[in-house]
Amino acid sequence: MRFFEYESRQIVKAAGIPVSAHGFARTPEEARRIAEEIAAPVVIKSQVLTGGRMKAGGVRFADTPDEAAKEAEFVLGLEINGHMPRGVLVDSKVSVKQEFYAGVVWDGIRKQPVMLFSDMGGIDIEEVAETHPDRVGREHFSNLMEVSDYQAKQVIASIGVTGPALTRATPILARLARLFVRHDMTLAEINPLAMLEDGSFVAVDAHMDMENEARPRQKALLQGLGVGDEETRQAREATPFELAGEEVDAQDHRGVAGNVTEFDGNLGLVIGAGGGSLTLFDAVRAHGGRPANYCEIGGNPSVAKACGLAKLVLQKPGVEKIAVMMSIVSNTRVDIVARGVIKACLELGYDPAEKIAIFRIPGAWEDEGFKILEKYGVEYCDRSVSMHEAARRAVEKIQGESARSADVQERPEVDRPHQDAGQDAPSEVTR
Amino acid sequence: MSILIDETTTFIVQGITGREAVNLTRECLDYGAGAQIVGGVTPGRKGREVHGVPVFDTVAQAVEHHGGPIDGSVVTVPPAFTKDAVLEAIANGIKLVVIVTERIPRRDVAQMVEFAKQHDARIIGPNCLGIIVPDVIKMGGIGGPAKDAAKAYTPGPVGVISRSGGMTTEMSSTLTAAGLGQSTAVSIGGDAIIGSSYAELMPLFEADEQTEAIVIYTEPGGRMEAQLAEWVKTHDSRLPIVAFMAGRFMDEMPGMSFGHAGTIVEGKADTAAEKIQRLAEAGIVVAEEISQIPDIVKSKIAERSAV
Repeated sequence: MRFFEYESRQIVKAAGIPVSAHGFARTPEEARRIAEEIAAPVVIKSQVLTGGRMKAGGVRFADTPDEAAKEAEFVLGLEINGHMPRGVLVDSKVSVKQEFYAGVVWDGIRKQPVMLFSDMGGIDIEEVAETHPDRVGREHFSNLMEVSDYQAKQVIASIGVTGPALTRATPILARLARLFVRHDMTLAEINPLAMLEDGSFVAVDAHMDMENEARPRQKALLQGLGVGDEETRQAREATPFELAGEEVDAQDHRGVAGNVTEFDGNLGLVIGAGGGSLTLFDAVRAHGGRPANYCEIGGNPSVAKACGLAKLVLQKPGVEKIAVMMSIVSNTRVDIVARGVIKACLELGYDPAEKIAIFRIPGAWEDEGFKILEKYGVEYCDRSVSMHEAARRAVEKIQGESARSADVQERPEVDRPHQDAGQDAPSEVTR
Repeated sequence: MSILIDETTTFIVQGITGREAVNLTRECLDYGAGAQIVGGVTPGRKGREVHGVPVFDTVAQAVEHHGGPIDGSVVTVPPAFTKDAVLEAIANGIKLVVIVTERIPRRDVAQMVEFAKQHDARIIGPNCLGIIVPDVIKMGGIGGPAKDAAKAYTPGPVGVISRSGGMTTEMSSTLTAAGLGQSTAVSIGGDAIIGSSYAELMPLFEADEQTEAIVIYTEPGGRMEAQLAEWVKTHDSRLPIVAFMAGRFMDEMPGMSFGHAGTIVEGKADTAAEKIQRLAEAGIVVAEEISQIPDIVKSKIAERSAV
């Protein structure tokens, strides 16, 4: 999960790294107050979880508190890459002598974190590494011992930095490395790390990414920042459809039927597991199909969960049919998923044979599952039909259908009837 | 032969009294010649049995009861306790640890891996289904119940390495249907940091006489495929490699995670397109569909044996 800059600054500051005087404002009035406190020219920075805010005009300068309020008002209303800002950071404008870069990231191949330092700060570090590799110092460090300051010193000295700059930057990089480990970060970056005219260093911008898996044990940090459990901080904010998918998955603890991502096609997908879903989504697109969603089933979900997910997908506007497909399952039971998706169709008043374009889940309890599908006339296949072939058949069915209905007339977008039939599905389905 | 495990391998199951672990134990005992599960560990449950396997409080007790070193452990404890369990296994002389648990923060994984390296031990996973040597032994949930595993896996010349547990079985089943068996199939796990990558397993397959070709399942995210491409270029491997890349659609959606924790496009280098190119440059054939894999493998094996 990514942190906003104003949060990253707090994290950095709590680790003992100096930051420029600043405050976080949600209104122009708050921005004015902070500018008054700083009592010097300020920079107003949009707080969005996306890059390119400078280019988009989300960074403005103000010499007086009045100007600060005016610029804040502008920035607060400025959408950047589809994101509205959460607020603005009112930052004191510092006179910088030189800009540095300090960062810590994981190296998945060496399986250790690596410290990075450059005397070319303020620009993208990957670009510096490409154009001026000799200006980027780097060193891996052990997972089993706490980082010692000398390791940071070596990284900084390796690019020729010496004198007071070296001695002042050393504890900053070492502290950044320690906070990276302590807080389960996947990226901890200060860019630029500014050396001021008086030789002191301050963090002018900071970027922190924390691993989602570590959220349970980083509760104290998150609470301190006021980040609630409901804030997922994905690259794109969850849509109502996706949030509904999370609810389906949360209804009981058995297995997974969720991880829903919304797309705008006409073929609803009830697919799994992790790798299977990736493969099947590609396969549908490779055959010219337009998926309405991505999702994952796995770990043997209950009938209720499979049903809930199928219902959600079936009710999505624009969905004409669903394809129920997985790679060979060994833990998830074929019959349970079959029951769930048939139940979903029946409860919505649909004919499963009509709505389910194809059912391709081979594996555990497949004979039982296939029997149920047969009874309802749903087209199914076993492992002798490849995942790609199953996807092709599903696409063929829906395209045939779309083509036919387009022939008849150009039909206006109408709300599909949400028939809450209320009828109970037959016992072998609900069981 | 096989890599990592064979019919002589002994192992324990840590967290053996959990629901999934009980099933997994049954499956491993039933498969092939029947795994030698010499004990299970769940703190506070000493004296119980799970399908006839004695349960202990500590790994040390299991080792003592066995009367000598134990080869491996399957770890299926909740994420918050996994690191401790793995360190305990390794500290008690276990050399092969299969970590089934998912959602372990990578700091913990990195610590376990570094500790393992110091003790000359190997980790498979986390977030994996384990290892199977067809008709001989399976260590982990891979392939599911014995009768299902027997349907998908048969002995033969292909080594399988996969970042997805389910797709390990799908690909092996496809090979089996085409008359190509597997020497060993390894589900290496879907996380950003894992104990054993493709490149780290290649020397083992290279040394295994039964193995004549490698099939891998890959995804966007991380640099493991680049590492494999590099390994292939710098080693004069006798083994042709055929890859399948899933999640190509993710290239259009940077920053979004799909499928597995480690499957996320963070930069240019870890997109599906970039990986396909790198693999191809190293002479690794990337199949468009899984159903094409058996024919490619057969022609590659024929090519090599013709030389």
